[in-house]
Amino acid sequence: MKHFISIQSIPRESIDKLLDRAEQIARHRPTGRPLSEKILGLLFFEPSTRTRMSFESSMLRLGGQCLNLGGAESSVMKGETLADTIRVVDGYVDAIVLRHPRIGAAQLSTEFSSVPIINAGDGAGQHPSQTLIDLYTIRQSFPLDGLDVGLLGDLHYGRTTHSLAYALAKYGVTIHTISPKGLGFPLSVKRSLTRFGACVVEHESIKEALPHLDVLYVTRIQRERFPDPASHYDTLHSYRITPELLSNAQKHLIVLHPLPRIDEIDPGVDVLPHAKYFEQAKNGIPVRMALLLGVMK
Amino acid sequence: MNKIDVDQMENQKKTAFKNIQSGSKYQAGLVIRPIENGTVIDHITAGEALNVLRILGITGSTVERISVATNVISKEMGQKDLVKIENRELAQQEVDRIALIAPQASINIVRNCVVIEKSVVSNPEELVGVVKCPNPCCITNANEPVSTKFYVRQSVLICSYCDWHIEKNIHSYIL
Repeated sequence: MKHFISIQSIPRESIDKLLDRAEQIARHRPTGRPLSEKILGLLFFEPSTRTRMSFESSMLRLGGQCLNLGGAESSVMKGETLADTIRVVDGYVDAIVLRHPRIGAAQLSTEFSSVPIINAGDGAGQHPSQTLIDLYTIRQSFPLDGLDVGLLGDLHYGRTTHSLAYALAKYGVTIHTISPKGLGFPLSVKRSLTRFGACVVEHESIKEALPHLDVLYVTRIQRERFPDPASHYDTLHSYRITPELLSNAQKHLIVLHPLPRIDEIDPGVDVLPHAKYFEQAKNGIPVRMALLLGVMK
Repeated sequence: MNKIDVDQMENQKKTAFKNIQSGSKYQAGLVIRPIENGTVIDHITAGEALNVLRILGITGSTVERISVATNVISKEMGQKDLVKIENRELAQQEVDRIALIAPQASINIVRNCVVIEKSVVSNPEELVGVVKCPNPCCITNANEPVSTKFYVRQSVLICSYCDWHIEKNIHSYIL
């Protein structure tokens, strides 16, 4: 694997191998410093806390070094193209982690880079390394095949749900989408999922979908997607995950969230056995360590 | 005028009427004269001839002599359009573009009144630099030094960068 751009282009076997490797890393940290000669470039043109920090932490744990190349203050802001930035930066580092507001930015970067590119989010496109973490966390509770997974929130702009849906299609999972009107999957994602033979069931109400689910994946519903604060508040309220709501769920249901969480999950849920989102965030380290080893070693 | 002349004229009229009814080449010949050099694009989906001209960059200000026939009767297609471009031979990329809106079109290259090359258009698997991505958030719309690239799946175009699907009005996105 040279680049890591989209989850569709990675065969299921390769995903399984990466998850197995992450599991081994979580059990026994790699001995020595396998990436001690390597430098990882972090090129973030959008804000990020968890993704950037967990890539940085993973690289340091593998004995490598990180070079934070900035974003907002970089020459791109002076009008340089992404292509030129990549051509220059690839001489400084051994791999580039890229986050960019435009869909396809990571794909484009592979055409100008001689070092591996890892997509850390391209606009409303994909976030494939988050998907590995999501799959890894689900796999800690159940085998992935044949589950019923609910994707809740802003599925139109939410890149984590796009990548996750593409990945789940490889495991014969039934995908239940639960989103406000107008915030369902974009047509292109729906068409691609159909092409991959995915089973997708659409719901508007969480109450209707909840009893069927093994996994509930919650994402943020952003205020800027609504015409006024009142309609945003109403929507948030009807899609909010609370302990009362979860009393209607299957006992084994797990709740995931890529974080940051704002209001969509009541803090009362944190103490329930369903809540796996903080564990999911921690899983970012072994999964991204496995990914870095996969592209650089 | 004697009786024989009148009968001959009647026969000619009948033949012409039959040809018009059957959509034979004789009828097309009446509409557009043959060209000496250039390209004849035949079997264009009825109503798409003007879009074919647009795709080829042919406007009112171009120098080529163009003949266009629309809704001509065709045995195979019911109705078809036809374009003749004098003194211009189409390149493969131009032919690929035509395939997007007129998948049954045939291309005849004519030199000295003789058809020296005859081909049918076919949808390529990939289109590079032919179609603009309609997604404003796609990286190809960000002044980057790359050509657009679309995969062709049946009659749907899929952007290789942002996965956007173009399913209709393809002609309006052709560069």
